[in-house]
Amino acid sequence: MSVLVYTESEQGKFKKAALEVASYAKAVASQIGTSVTALTFNTKDASELGKYGVDKVLNVTNTNGFDAKVYADVIKQAAKQENSKILVLSSSADSKYLAPLVAVNLEAGYASNVVEAPSSTSPFTVKRTAFTNKAFNDTEITSEVKIIGVSNNAFGLVENAGSATASDFAPTMTEATVKVESIDKATDKVSIADAETVVSGGRGLKGPENWGMIEELAEVLGAATACSKPVSDLGWRPHSEHVGQTGKPVASNLYIAIGISGAIQHLAGINASKVKVVINTDPEAPFFKAADYGVVGDAFEVVPQLIEKLKEFKAQNA
Amino acid sequence: MKILVCISHVPDTTSKINFTDGDTKFDTNGVQFVINPNDEFGLTRAMWFKEKQGASVDVINVGGPETEPTLRKALAIGADAAIRVNTIATDGFAVAKELSQVITDGAYDLVIAGRESIDYNGGMVPGMIAGLTGANFVNNCIGLEVDGTTATAIREIDGGKETVSTSLPLIIGGQKGLVEESDLRIPNMRGIMMARKKPLTVTDASTSESKTTSVKFEKPAPRGAVKLVAPDNLDELVSLLHNEAKVI
Ligand SMILES: Cc1cc2nc3c(=O)[nH]c(=O)nc-3n(C[C@H](O)[C@H](O)[C@H](O)COP(=O)(O)OP(=O)(O)OC[C@H]3O[C@@H](n4cnc5c(N)ncnc54)[C@H](O)[C@@H]3O)c2cc1C
Ligand SMILES: Nc1ncnc2c1ncn2[C@@H]1O[C@H](COP(=O)(O)O)[C@@H](O)[C@H]1O
Repeated sequence: MSVLVYTESEQGKFKKAALEVASYAKAVASQIGTSVTALTFNTKDASELGKYGVDKVLNVTNTNGFDAKVYADVIKQAAKQENSKILVLSSSADSKYLAPLVAVNLEAGYASNVVEAPSSTSPFTVKRTAFTNKAFNDTEITSEVKIIGVSNNAFGLVENAGSATASDFAPTMTEATVKVESIDKATDKVSIADAETVVSGGRGLKGPENWGMIEELAEVLGAATACSKPVSDLGWRPHSEHVGQTGKPVASNLYIAIGISGAIQHLAGINASKVKVVINTDPEAPFFKAADYGVVGDAFEVVPQLIEKLKEFKAQNA
Repeated sequence: MKILVCISHVPDTTSKINFTDGDTKFDTNGVQFVINPNDEFGLTRAMWFKEKQGASVDVINVGGPETEPTLRKALAIGADAAIRVNTIATDGFAVAKELSQVITDGAYDLVIAGRESIDYNGGMVPGMIAGLTGANFVNNCIGLEVDGTTATAIREIDGGKETVSTSLPLIIGGQKGLVEESDLRIPNMRGIMMARKKPLTVTDASTSESKTTSVKFEKPAPRGAVKLVAPDNLDELVSLLHNEAKVI
């Protein structure tokens, strides 16, 4: 019985989240003394997964694109073949779409947003976030088959000397019930979910015309751009950039908040980020209480200077 | 079209989160409960289908009697009838089982649930309902049109969105975007009066099979004070981010 991990790739390259869930799966496998099998679609080169502790890779060739039910059914077949009782997935949009379907397929308990390796494997207990990052919850999974959804950037990448062997896996593929008509995705931009750094702007930036410096700062840092809720409600930025309790969750390594007051609903959604930097004119802004580093100052002066300093830093450290 | 909107009864977003009984229970003292924001977007979209396409809209909650004011609020917003499955919901799987039973018995065409509830953030109930009932499923839904038995939906994906087509019966995991913030309705006096006369049926739970149990809660460790950097000393900020925080 091996631990089964679903590793997502994009254009044949593993996503960072895939390497993170592989690292997590390895940690669980070591706890219970077993091996790790990864299930992947359209990625032949397994060596990268080997570095993160995967022993065996099942590769499915699929030319039809993603379909949650079809993929959930494939995961079930892989779990049966590998006799896996523990399944690990990421917190990507696709993984969160799949996991509950797999849970029904395998009559498994599912714990999402898990932030640490199991504190105990018998009973099987994991720590997950709850109340939108305002608390943690120790959850026991009581069913025989267990599914863990790992929170982005919570576990990190852990290298393990090892090598993985790849084998083709040809499951029965059911017919898709949801047909993708079109995809609208900026391929040249980092998405908030994948980003290690997120640069976020609030109403303090006064208007959409002032986002040039936010985008430039994001570019220098290789970051994704985000915004507070009123900014997307006002139509200054697209809804897809809205982060917080009712927007996208952010769990980046670095979150830079510019002209954002730090309302409880905003903080709830970004609190899982490791290091927070706040730039705000108001020293009383609540965000300073939740931040690691702060600059009390005018964004229109601070941000352009910060961009220059970062460019200098990059030139020196290149 | 028969629509069912799943309503999760959750603490208001401004609530202070505390625990009792040796950190095993959520402290409801002084907490105001509301319709889960993701469900409110779904309910508002359902009202649009009711008004524009003559759909019927029922709302449902799996929970104890304390959730009834939340269901009444949904009725005041305009739902036709409410159902409460009387049980203390223990986990997402158990809730999904109860909901699936009602959905199958009631032959609903469209079920709108939320992407996640903001209390336990399980993000699992809609997908599990889809798995259990065999209905089609679109998660992270930010746009929905129905024409006869065909549905067109927009799903948020990492870094963008995709437009999909599918057919009824359909389960939606909805969120903001299904309707705009400004479309949300505050119940008016007439709505509140009418809601009192609308049916709120209480049914018994059929099964309650949970696969996970909450053991204990914990609050995040308090963080250290913020380190302030002067606006004319940004070299220091860059250096702190590089050497101390190690994030650049
Ligand atoms: C149910 C509910 C859900 C919500 N969900 C979310 C959510 O998911 N995400 C979210 O973000 N909000 C959410 N909100 C809204 C939240 O309560 C706040 O209203 C919102 O976060 C405020 O956005 P802001 O900080 O951009 O704007 P403001 O509160 O207006 O703050 C602007 C800040 O910019 C500063 N500033 C002004 N000028 C400058 C300058 N030149 N340079 C630097 N700083 C400057 C000001 O000092 C101020 O602190 C929700 C609210 C409710 C009721
Ligand atoms: N007890 C419940 N009663 C009715 N609907 C629920 C309940 N719990 C969750 N839901 C629905 O499922 C969605 C996702 O919840 P969850 O999987 O708990 O994050 C919510 O937004 C609701 O639409």
